[in-house]
Amino acid sequence: MIGLQAYLVLAALVFAIGLFGVLTRRNAVGILLGIELMLNAVNINLVAFARFNGDLAGVVFTLFTISITVAEVAVGLAIVIAIFRVRRTVEADRLNLLRG
Amino acid sequence: MTLPTRLPLLVLLLPFAAFVVLAVVAPLRRAGARAGLLSIAAMSVAFMAALVAWVEGFRGEATWSWIPSDGGPIATVGVLVDPLSNAMLVLVTLVSLLVQVYSLAYLGDEPPASLGRYYTYQSLFAFSMLGLVLSPGFLQMFVFWELVGLCSYLLIGYWYQRPAAARAAVKAFWITKLGDVGFVIGIVLLWSATGTFDFGELFAKAQEHALAIDGLGTIMFLIYLGAVGKSAQFPLHVWLPDAMEGPTPVSALIHAATMVTAGVFMVTRAQPLFALVPDVLILIGWVGAFTALLAATMACVESDIKRVLAYSTVSQLGYMMAAAGAGAADAGFLHLLTHGLFKALLFLAAGAVIHAVGTNDIFRMGGLFRAMPQTGIVFIVGTLALAGVPPLAGFFSKEAVLSGVWEAHLTVPFLMLALTVLLTAFYMFRVVFITFFGRAFEAGHPHEAPWLMRGPLWLLAALTVAVGIRLAVGGGEHEAPGWLVPLSLASAFVGFALAWAMYQRGLVDPATFSTALAPFDFLARRRYGIDALYAGLYRALVLGFARLIGWIDRYLVDGVLNVLSALTLRAGAGLRGIQSGRAQDYVYGVAFGVLLLFVWAQLWR
Repeated sequence: MIGLQAYLVLAALVFAIGLFGVLTRRNAVGILLGIELMLNAVNINLVAFARFNGDLAGVVFTLFTISITVAEVAVGLAIVIAIFRVRRTVEADRLNLLRG
Repeated sequence: MTLPTRLPLLVLLLPFAAFVVLAVVAPLRRAGARAGLLSIAAMSVAFMAALVAWVEGFRGEATWSWIPSDGGPIATVGVLVDPLSNAMLVLVTLVSLLVQVYSLAYLGDEPPASLGRYYTYQSLFAFSMLGLVLSPGFLQMFVFWELVGLCSYLLIGYWYQRPAAARAAVKAFWITKLGDVGFVIGIVLLWSATGTFDFGELFAKAQEHALAIDGLGTIMFLIYLGAVGKSAQFPLHVWLPDAMEGPTPVSALIHAATMVTAGVFMVTRAQPLFALVPDVLILIGWVGAFTALLAATMACVESDIKRVLAYSTVSQLGYMMAAAGAGAADAGFLHLLTHGLFKALLFLAAGAVIHAVGTNDIFRMGGLFRAMPQTGIVFIVGTLALAGVPPLAGFFSKEAVLSGVWEAHLTVPFLMLALTVLLTAFYMFRVVFITFFGRAFEAGHPHEAPWLMRGPLWLLAALTVAVGIRLAVGGGEHEAPGWLVPLSLASAFVGFALAWAMYQRGLVDPATFSTALAPFDFLARRRYGIDALYAGLYRALVLGFARLIGWIDRYLVDGVLNVLSALTLRAGAGLRGIQSGRAQDYVYGVAFGVLLLFVWAQLWR
């Protein structure tokens, strides 16, 4: 029997990998993928707690999160495409109009 | 409001109306002579009204609340009509009127726009002086006092393109302001001690001995300082000779009727208050007599005809102030009136001479009596009156002043004034002999002035004689000691004889005289160094102080702010590196911050 901790460690790892991707990827699409990983790490947490606490609310939440994630990806990709149309690039380093 | 106050109010408002019309209606002002005619018309009506008020002996007071407050107004404006102001009204309107008529010819060659400006100022000047004369309280008097100062500034600087005139105007303004500072402080102190600016209330209190204020002497001294500046008393007399840079009619106006008489008038008006402080009165008497003597010595060595007259004005103002200081303010005031007549006459005659010859230097004139006998005669009439020869106007008022000073036991000031009588006769006849007699100077073709100029001259000469005869017949209120008349006549005669011997007959060489009195000659020619002293003080104190303040402002006040702004700029430049503009860097910051929060929460729970 695999314990709760193992799931939590997995979730933390996936979250850390996602964060690393968000912080280091140059490509905007890659950053979106990193965000996706981080969200799914949260999903793993929710499902694991639901399973071990016998409370279905966590599973229901996960369903919501998945659907919202899909919407988020749609919006995120739309933004990336819009940026590409204007700037002819999606490289995060070159999107520095806010530079002080 | 009844006729006795309404008529003087009309006198006051007519010149003001002329001023407003000329100031607002630009085409009329630029028309030059027509602007002058308007001003003259207003002034002649005002003169008639003033004459009626004087002949009828109107008395009355009409005031309006100016600064209202609980428990009665703090200050009022209005008109105070009594014999003192009536006489001044007549003098001011008469001299203003004659000067304005005279100016039509004297300044006839000016561009019309300038002439219109001149008449605008003239009207304002007359209004200011009339308002001062009619003031029922110190506050209104101060307002008009400053207006008079402003107008004299404008008129002295009438030829403002000439640097000398502009400088003289500024000098007149600032030197009189020195005294005015004392005046305004004195007024406010008096108000804070008594709660009123009103002459009537103040005099009533003075009579009931209810004015036992601490420091009344200081207050009255400060108020007297205003008169020192305005009436060109030592040591603030330096502006008056320089004021000669203005057109000659302006000098006549300033010296005879407006501006310099304001100080004497104020001291006369406030006589009941000054009477409470004998120490200040004695000071006034001493300063007046000293001013009279000092200015007379300077007049003896001056070669500019207008400056001689200017110093003589300073000297005569000294007489008036000495009389006021001796408690004989009536005598001083009488001298003010008669002096107003013959000094206006002298200045206007000098203007006619300058107009004809084109120079102010008496040594470049000479033998002018042949070319312009009428001007010569009126000038000599004025000279005789100034020298105090009976039965001309100046004789009686000067005797009154001298006897007043003698009776107040001011022996040394009396001696100074008696010596001044001699000097007065000397310097005036010096001018007469050099200018009108002696060798003719072959420069230009002097001619008699036009009628517009001669008319006022003859009128003033006639008035000088008439007033003198009137005083001879009806005077005699002042019981002078019997030896006074012979003494002053003898000194005047000695002065006349000296001038005659030196400049007409050549019996005595002026050079030997000046070497005999070398120290005085040296000092008088340099104006006793007072101008230089002021210039030095200005450079040393005012400019030094200004430089110190400038340094503090530049390096301390600005310095602190400059350092602060430099630090801010540098900090900003350093911190801008953080703002890379890359969203990932910000996210990194957020993530790192959250991590720190977690660590903190774990460690210090």
